[in-house]
Amino acid sequence: MAEVEKDRSMELQKQMLAEHFRRLEAAPETGEPVIYTFVPGNLTELVRSFGALPVLPEINALQSAMRGKSQAYIAAAEKAGHSEDVCSYVKCDIGMSMAGNIGPTGTRLPKPDLLLLSYTGCYTFMKWFELLRERYGCPTVFLQVPYQGDGRETPAQRAYVARQIRETLIPALEKVTGRRYDEERLRENLARSAASEEDLVAVLQSARRAPSPIDAYFGAVYYVGPIFSAFRGTEEGAAYYRALRREVEERIARGEGPVTPAGRLDCQKYRLVVEGPPNWTHFREFWRMFAEEGAVVVASTYSKVGGTYDFGFRHDPSDPLGTMADYCSGCYTNLNLPSRVEMLVRYVEDYRADGFLVHSVKSCNSFSAGQLTILREVERRTGVPGAFIESDLVDARYFSAANLKNRLESYFQMLEARRGAVAAGVRA
Amino acid sequence: MNCFVGVDLGSTTTKAVVLDEKSEVLGRGITNSRSNYDLAAEVARTEAFASARFRLLQREVERGAGGQALGRLLAAFRLEQMLVQLASLGARINDEIERSIAPALCRGASERVGEIFRRLAGEEEERFRDPNPPERSDFFRDAAGSAYARLAEEVAQPSGVSFDLLVGLYDKCIVRVENEPLELGFREHIGKALARAGGHGPMRAAVDAAVGAELAVRGTVGTGYGRARLPFPKEQIRSEILCHGLGAHVLFPGTRTVLDIGGQDTKAIQVDPQGIVTAFQMNDRCAAGCGRYLGYIADEMNMGLHELGPLALSSRRPVKINSTCTVFAGAELRERLSLGERREDIVAGLHRAVILRAMSLLARSGGIEDEFTFTGGVARNPAAVLALEGLVAQNYGAKKINISPDSIYTGALGAAHFALRGAAA
Repeated sequence: MAEVEKDRSMELQKQMLAEHFRRLEAAPETGEPVIYTFVPGNLTELVRSFGALPVLPEINALQSAMRGKSQAYIAAAEKAGHSEDVCSYVKCDIGMSMAGNIGPTGTRLPKPDLLLLSYTGCYTFMKWFELLRERYGCPTVFLQVPYQGDGRETPAQRAYVARQIRETLIPALEKVTGRRYDEERLRENLARSAASEEDLVAVLQSARRAPSPIDAYFGAVYYVGPIFSAFRGTEEGAAYYRALRREVEERIARGEGPVTPAGRLDCQKYRLVVEGPPNWTHFREFWRMFAEEGAVVVASTYSKVGGTYDFGFRHDPSDPLGTMADYCSGCYTNLNLPSRVEMLVRYVEDYRADGFLVHSVKSCNSFSAGQLTILREVERRTGVPGAFIESDLVDARYFSAANLKNRLESYFQMLEARRGAVAAGVRA
Repeated sequence: MNCFVGVDLGSTTTKAVVLDEKSEVLGRGITNSRSNYDLAAEVARTEAFASARFRLLQREVERGAGGQALGRLLAAFRLEQMLVQLASLGARINDEIERSIAPALCRGASERVGEIFRRLAGEEEERFRDPNPPERSDFFRDAAGSAYARLAEEVAQPSGVSFDLLVGLYDKCIVRVENEPLELGFREHIGKALARAGGHGPMRAAVDAAVGAELAVRGTVGTGYGRARLPFPKEQIRSEILCHGLGAHVLFPGTRTVLDIGGQDTKAIQVDPQGIVTAFQMNDRCAAGCGRYLGYIADEMNMGLHELGPLALSSRRPVKINSTCTVFAGAELRERLSLGERREDIVAGLHRAVILRAMSLLARSGGIEDEFTFTGGVARNPAAVLALEGLVAQNYGAKKINISPDSIYTGALGAAHFALRGAAA
């Protein structure tokens, strides 16, 4: 088998993850407190300011899936009574904890000292932590984060979330970690976050170029990994984003496309915008279906699932609690449908996309509800043809390679045929 | 003569279409896909070329001998093809008897099978003599299988060579016959067929011309579920979505929306005035509500697939069916029967359920625009068509609905047109 070509930043991230999981494994001995929390609207800077280590259960689930472990975990959870229709992230995580809580990299994950739910847009998250609370018997903090039903966060909503952080979360963290709230430390973390965010946005917006030096969906999954998980606001996180930005700038200078499972994608026939999370059980195979056809993703909403930075948000060290409230409220799935449509329309236009693709997953209602409406509306407003494909996050039973390939090929050929038809119209 | 070929490797059937340079259809061929795409493609192609040569023959004969004589020749040609396949099947069954039947039964089995094949050949000769033979399946497996089973019942012994033993032999050997390439082409059999049909001077000359005509393939495009198995370069392979869109446009140039219900997938396609696809939706990986579902229902009811639609049409009070799950098709049917529902009412409900699922895909693809073309194997089913007409009118108002008798070839036709366009470009 030929050696798989990977970016330097990927190697760096791999080392960071290995080190993080090693620290987690050692936590029962070192006494480092452990906090389980979810990606959307996570408060990593605050958690870290208390010297605690975050565990992101959905990241563990997707990484287990990428390593081919999710099916056994899902089967175990179903055997324990969880329905086939329950979100596969939940079942993968429950199955993993039943099997001794061995994380994706093969090290044991510690029990949580606190379960922190900082995003209420996903009802399943609440039920998930209810199950974990039952299992571990640890305290739970549950922030109420209002849905942005009018497409914006009101001052009252902002104050409401900030108050919960101050009055509920911070005292709980003090109690669990045995440390005092240190606002200076938090500000330092937030400042590093802002710097990383600046670097990430530069990386993501590099896809406005043609050829695009990045793949903003499959590739971006790696790029957003550290910032959406345990590393936002940390020294190593900030260093990662500086290195990533340099790497992409070097690619731009050389006029190169991104490295994909089908090799380097310099010849880019189709520029796509993608809505919805990827499939993790066949991640590289799925990516290959695009790359082999010369399709590069230039913008995606999934890469904003932990936070939407590209429209201007940066963590603000001068207003720690307010900025964290903004961040919690602004994650992608907390936005209403018109805001999501608006975002996608801007992507199609700003990134000069040829097509718009929805990948709908069975597991996630937060993403999937309304996706057909979004598809039609984006098509109507941009005139760019859309397509709809379906599979799942970490349950391989819902990934049908032949079906997806068939639809993607059909879609690319349709884009090609329409391009030909438009060109013929121009000539005529 | 230059020609262009489209091959559509469907999950259930494989189709081929041959076009001439003026984009007129010269020939069509169809066979069951039998999980052997390579062979199925070859068989369908051979059939399409045989039918293309008949078309050339027809052009010649129409000038001289007349249409009726040609009909006899075609029947004789089909008879010759059938006899070759029967001979192959008979030989394989005899081999199988020697290999696997207990010595005590061996001779008896050989005699019974010999008797069945004598009668089968006789029935085929009879069919040839009948000016209006009854309709039957296009596929050797189905046509020979039902006759074989009927004759096996007649010749089986209560003790000794049983019906089960005879049918078991057929089941084992039919797959092997289907998976061996047989010489079934025009040039192989037209001579014998001509002798049998009693061809006179002008007919013989026309046959010679058709045999001698050079059909030079200038382009081939493959499509369908098994297209990756076609021995063509990637540029010659098109998705079935594009091919169905173009094929429907060629059949009915006013087409804007296409519904194709095939064996294991359903496609809803929107096309522009040039037949270029602008949007599409397909069913997810489950084959619920596709042609295969009706196939299972027919099997469960011990009926031929072609009998299902007419039965449903006799319903006066269709049952409301919720599930179109192919796996549970039999369970659904038995449950309804146990509740005392009438067969025709259940079957009518099943057809409606299939179309309801298709309506949901159509809505997802952008709705139904005038004109609306219905293609695929299920478009041949009158009950499905009736249910579709009702639901289209109910949901989208009056629309012109097009159905071609050759709709099963739509994908292959589109592929052949892509081949033609490709050569012209």
